[in-house]
Amino acid sequence: MRRVGVFVCHCGSNIAGTVDVERVAKEACKFPNVVFATDYKYMCSEPGQQVIKDAIKEHNLDRVVVASCSPRMHEPTFRRCLESAGMNPYLFEMANIREHCSWVHPDKEKGTVKAIDLVRKAAAKVVKDEPLQKSSIGITKRALVIGGGIAGIQVALDIADAGFPVTIVEKEPTIGGRMAQIDKTFPTLDCSACILTPKMVDASQHPNIEILSYSEVEKVEGYVGNFNITIRKKARSVDMSKCTGCGTCWEKCPTKVDSEFDMGLGKRKAIYTPFPQAVPNKPVIDRIHCTKFKNGKCGICQKFCPTGAVDFEQQDELITEKYGAIVVSTGFNQFDHSVYGEYGYGKYPDVITGLHFERLINASGPTMGKIKRPSDHKIPETVVFVKCVGSRDEAKGKSYCSRTCCMYTAKHATLVHEKIPGSKSYIFYMDVRTPGKGYEEFYKRTAEEYEAQYIRGRVSKIYQKGDKLMVRGEDSLIGRPVEIEADMVVLANAMVAREDAGDLARTLGISYDKDNFFTEAHPKLRPVETHTAGVFLAGACQGPKDIPDSVAQAGAAASKAIGLLSKTQMESDAIVSNVDESRCSGCMICKGICPYKAIDAKIITERIGGKMAERQVAEVNKSLCQGCGACTVACRAGCLNLLGFTNEQILAEVEAVCL
Amino acid sequence: MSLNTEALPKSQEVTASPEAAPQPWEPRIVGFACNWCTYAGADLAGLSRLQYPPSIRLIRVPCSGRVNPQFVIRAFQRGADGVLVAGCHPGDCHYSTGNYFTRRRFLLMQRLLEYMGMDPRRFQARWISGSEGPKFQQTVTQMTEDIKALGPNRKMRDVE
Repeated sequence: MRRVGVFVCHCGSNIAGTVDVERVAKEACKFPNVVFATDYKYMCSEPGQQVIKDAIKEHNLDRVVVASCSPRMHEPTFRRCLESAGMNPYLFEMANIREHCSWVHPDKEKGTVKAIDLVRKAAAKVVKDEPLQKSSIGITKRALVIGGGIAGIQVALDIADAGFPVTIVEKEPTIGGRMAQIDKTFPTLDCSACILTPKMVDASQHPNIEILSYSEVEKVEGYVGNFNITIRKKARSVDMSKCTGCGTCWEKCPTKVDSEFDMGLGKRKAIYTPFPQAVPNKPVIDRIHCTKFKNGKCGICQKFCPTGAVDFEQQDELITEKYGAIVVSTGFNQFDHSVYGEYGYGKYPDVITGLHFERLINASGPTMGKIKRPSDHKIPETVVFVKCVGSRDEAKGKSYCSRTCCMYTAKHATLVHEKIPGSKSYIFYMDVRTPGKGYEEFYKRTAEEYEAQYIRGRVSKIYQKGDKLMVRGEDSLIGRPVEIEADMVVLANAMVAREDAGDLARTLGISYDKDNFFTEAHPKLRPVETHTAGVFLAGACQGPKDIPDSVAQAGAAASKAIGLLSKTQMESDAIVSNVDESRCSGCMICKGICPYKAIDAKIITERIGGKMAERQVAEVNKSLCQGCGACTVACRAGCLNLLGFTNEQILAEVEAVCL
Repeated sequence: MSLNTEALPKSQEVTASPEAAPQPWEPRIVGFACNWCTYAGADLAGLSRLQYPPSIRLIRVPCSGRVNPQFVIRAFQRGADGVLVAGCHPGDCHYSTGNYFTRRRFLLMQRLLEYMGMDPRRFQARWISGSEGPKFQQTVTQMTEDIKALGPNRKMRDVE
């Protein structure tokens, strides 16, 4: 026999105005197990809570029901009240007789009848409440950052500055990411490398930061605060501890390969660093192109290396480390515009993308900063820019706006004007979107002072005529077709997710959207968290972003990770799923249903028929379980139950409201 | 399939006030509302003072995916005239995927009820977000009207 106390709140006149609260309290006394019921003006107030505490003592209550507002509002308040009265805070239920009753039912009689029903429902549930305990888990005070672009570097620096060790795992031989490829940044036109490379050096010299370049995350196990991460350190063929980065090897290497960093516009060697300021500034051997790996001959780099660092025998190395938090900052790719056959992809070398153009105007790029046509190295006089290549095109490309193209195209047009006197830029656009500080002003300046001609309309065809590219399109503002004789065409390709984003998302157990961008936990209120506790997002892997936004999001992700790492113990909610092992058949259907990977199989040993036998059952990880209850319904044996919302409790509620 | 169209007064001796005149029959709807969307939507309806018939009794569950078909059957067995399961819009589930399970279970469940001779209109699933107070109001109003037209649930009550 339970001893339930029911407390009915007037909420001033909010409830008492349309519900006969005294009658509700009087009726509540008749419910099974209810030994005390009263009403009070403001239950949530200090004296109101005192009424509850006094009644708990006086009537020796072991369960409490408060009939007042929504539990979404004051459930924590009353739970604390019970706790301070020495009770388990989970032996408590609320009847929502304000939002769901007094405010929506003006008829006092009907409202009162419903209020009584709602209190009966709460009283029926509270009887089946069991004391619950929050569990706590320890935290490994280390963070892993996946992706060493500007977002990842910023995250690592922020977390490291807060005093926690950070590891950056970068797939490429160097950190720096896309920003390292960019020449200048809008809207200030300061040089990208000048602001990025000091940060790269800071990261490499920070005592709390370890950089694992040319490495990838292979496997993620564990859960928030306690991730076990297997990292594959790809064989560099260069001993990092011996190499000094002197550069003799790549000077002597006879094999020339198209440089990925220069978007194929320049060459690199088979043993190489992607660019001169690479961090770490130590080379890797591209085993696909290296003559030594192809046919066993050569080995010149090894011969010339003064420290004997070149090691052709090196193998991939797998290391497993423990981390408490993970920040994903894997960045983006450029949209592959080969679907737009009319733009002449692959056919005309002088049709290039925005990133190609960045390399062309970069002083350390393949043309030493001179804008030259890739086909004949002539300096172009007329440059046509085409925006929204793949963006805002559901038929062939992506439905979203890539956010950055309007601004970088304006930047490119400005740079063309500055670098090639007497040149002319034409920009085909759908809309000009400049949402950012100083962005609109920059665009205005490009159009007005730098004489870039903006043409509103799509390009229908690009074709070669002599050594010119004819760009045919429509000026939709004057409603006429236009044709421009151009020397070079620059396409503003959409920003898309990395091709392997889906694989990484599955490894990490985070979700991704239709375009393979990782999904944040809430689009407005939890922009850097994921649905997997302890995994955070930064930069363009979550959606198209420019540098300021990526850096801002990196700071936010870092502060979330720091918040997590600064705790010694983490409390997890008591409303979690629970397995009745005696009935569990170990079918593990629940495992596939859990969106948080909280359920796993475990082997228990028990005595069956006088013999010890092993048997598989499901086990819920209480720190991973978020308490959704999806598994409870899937369980065929009904042995999974959600504490706080058990089958028995909900059935008791159903029966109480159907009386 | 047989429809129960006769409106019979239902016993309300526990809840009816002794002085009150006999009330016309009001359907009794059991609503399962997910904590993050529909329960919040119903709270918003309250905050906005959107009136709807006092027929529904909401049971709060963490996720619409927590609703076991057993709960629905039990509600009908105990005389509920209608059952509503409501959660976040597909794609918006607080727990990512819970409401997809709801959607599948609902369709199966509705067919099962139909097979048992129950009018499937008595069992509804709706997606009502935390910002859709008016939608909650309309849903309850509409469902109440539909069930009023169907009359009390006697089918499953008799099964007991």
